[in-house]
Amino acid sequence: ARTATSLTQGITDLVTKRKLDAETLEELEDLLIRADLGTATAARIVEAVGKGRHDKMIAPDEVKGLIASEVEEILGPVAKPFVPDAGQKPFVVLMVGVNGSGKTTTIGKLAAQWRSEGKRLTLAAGDTFRAAAIEQLKVWGARTGAHVVAREQGADAAGVAHDAITEARANGSDIVMIDTAGRLQNRTELMDELEKVVRVVKKLEPTAPHAVLLVLDATVGQNALNQVEVFARTAGVTGLVMTKLDGTARGGILVAIAQKYRLPIHLVGVGEGAEDLQPFSARDFSRAIAGLD
Amino acid sequence: MFDSLSDRLGGILDKLKRRGALTEADVGEAMREVRRALIEADVALDVVRSFTDKVRQRAVGVEVIKSVTPGQMVVKIVHDVLVETLGSDADPIDLNAPAPVPILMVGLQGSGKTTTTAKIAKRLTERGNRRVLMASLDTRRPAAMEQLATLGTQVEVNTLPIVPGQSAVQIAKRAMDAARFGNYDVVILDTAGRVTLDEALMAEVAEVKAITNPHEVLLVADSLTGQDAVNTAKAFDSRVSITGIVLTRADGDGRGGAALSMRAVTGKPIKLLGTGEKMDGLEDFDPQRVAGRILGMGDVVALVEKA
Ligand SMILES: Nc1nc2c(ncn2[C@@H]2O[C@H](COP(=O)(O)OP(=O)(O)OP(=O)(O)O)[C@@H](O)[C@H]2O)c(=O)[nH]1
Ligand SMILES: Nc1nc2c(ncn2[C@@H]2O[C@H](COP(=O)(O)OP(=O)(O)OP(=O)(O)O)[C@@H](O)[C@H]2O)c(=O)[nH]1
Ligand SMILES: [Mg+2]
Ligand SMILES: [Mg+2]
Repeated sequence: ARTATSLTQGITDLVTKRKLDAETLEELEDLLIRADLGTATAARIVEAVGKGRHDKMIAPDEVKGLIASEVEEILGPVAKPFVPDAGQKPFVVLMVGVNGSGKTTTIGKLAAQWRSEGKRLTLAAGDTFRAAAIEQLKVWGARTGAHVVAREQGADAAGVAHDAITEARANGSDIVMIDTAGRLQNRTELMDELEKVVRVVKKLEPTAPHAVLLVLDATVGQNALNQVEVFARTAGVTGLVMTKLDGTARGGILVAIAQKYRLPIHLVGVGEGAEDLQPFSARDFSRAIAGLD
Repeated sequence: MFDSLSDRLGGILDKLKRRGALTEADVGEAMREVRRALIEADVALDVVRSFTDKVRQRAVGVEVIKSVTPGQMVVKIVHDVLVETLGSDADPIDLNAPAPVPILMVGLQGSGKTTTTAKIAKRLTERGNRRVLMASLDTRRPAAMEQLATLGTQVEVNTLPIVPGQSAVQIAKRAMDAARFGNYDVVILDTAGRVTLDEALMAEVAEVKAITNPHEVLLVADSLTGQDAVNTAKAFDSRVSITGIVLTRADGDGRGGAALSMRAVTGKPIKLLGTGEKMDGLEDFDPQRVAGRILGMGDVVALVEKA
């Protein structure tokens, strides 16, 4: 994660110039709002920072540290590494999320990581809707040496998932990753289709999918709360991935999501390459929000 | 999940049973709620501030008409200022230039550039009766060029043949040549997604712009974007001077505050809305509808309109 330059600058200015009074706290709240934490979460954090410190003179780095530790307190408990259970063979991962959030790329990155650990992988080209989505996954399969199971464009996504698990069993894969088409959570017909994918997977293997990862784009605003709610209800999301943290967006909505849903946050995407995937670190993320390196 | 602005303001202002003009104090209290509603709708904070200042100036001293409550009156003013700021008239894609007219599509990764390229090509072909050529300059994303080619087949619009190994700039030149020799009216250049901090890629798109001299430079952005909308819009505008904005995923249930943010910081019109994955999911921008969305309402405005 990177430093939010404007945020750093803002906090520095406002604290070197004044003490921690109501106005200063309000500006602090504004800075959190600019990172997409939302009004309620920003207010709560600022209240905690101000508690017992009203009108105290306080050094800039101290304020940043206080914000970071308040944010970290919320995120710490949900930061969990993503480790497939070796007892499940194949371990089935379903990737879900709205359009363009980074599902297919994240599958490619995970495939690269697991292949380098010597695992055998099967990828299911479950996005049978978007133009060249199948080809995109095949490129990742070829790059990483993962086996890709695909049918033609327009085929039933649940059928592809079914084929992939069957083939993975036959070829001794350790992990199956199922790509799905992007869908907005208010599109009921598309959410029903996703539910069907889950149902078909379960029919084949009652404990699967063993992980359902919701991929969120760091630029997203308050709508992400709703995305989490509906995807969790429909597909049984087990954890979150946040992509595109290499851009200017801070992804602060994760803090509000952590408070409300307490879903594990596993991974962050920091670029388009195979290696641009990192475990989610509550500390790094919180420090970036507060403008600390 | 969100209360509409009228409900919220109702709580504050409708306690005032007295009639007459809105006072400074009434409006001041109302603006706190307006501010919160706009932030929850993802309008960027700085834009919220200048917006509420404008509303405050407009509202103080306004007579509350008989048939509505003070809350409804304020909502009406907020709505009007919102529509004005968003841009009151539709601003179509301008093709008033010598053929082939180049249109450059830019934006962050995954915002919907490729899909929108094909949607616009379809619209210009079918409604405008233009000969359109599409070219993918995306040398980075796996299967990006195949994606545009597939969409081209779907909408029956030609795409520039794929030549592996060429740079974005080389493809852009080839596209312009092909459009000239092929007597096309319009050439749409789809580019790779890029984060604005990526200096090399921002320089690349600036170079593409310099050599193709596009008549329209459209920033394609996700209407679910949060506070980052201002950074993205400003960065692309300052680097390649955008001529308009297309907001995708307007079929979602986001409140769409990014529309106001991007319009306000760039002054550039929002030209089109993407309303689905399918090729017919493209609509003209309608400020009334988007304003109602941002405020989480529409009914009160109609009510005040009639009064
Ligand atoms: N900068 C950056 N770009 C990313 C990251 N993750 C994915 N992308 C890019 O975002 C774009 C969309 O990624 P995809 O993986 O195709 O997204 P998706 O969710 O599969 O998209 P759909 O299948 O169309 O819904 C591509 O250009 C990716 O290269 C990231 O962490 N950082
Ligand atoms: N629901 C909905 N989905 C859209 C809309 N526009 C594009 N999409 C989807 O968003 C995803 C990304 O679209 P692309 O056109 O590939 O985006 P892009 O900007 O070209 O992506 P990169 O080239 O990777 O930067 C795809 O799944 C599209 O189907 C829209 O208006 N509504
Ligand atoms: Mg995909
Ligand atoms: Mg594209």
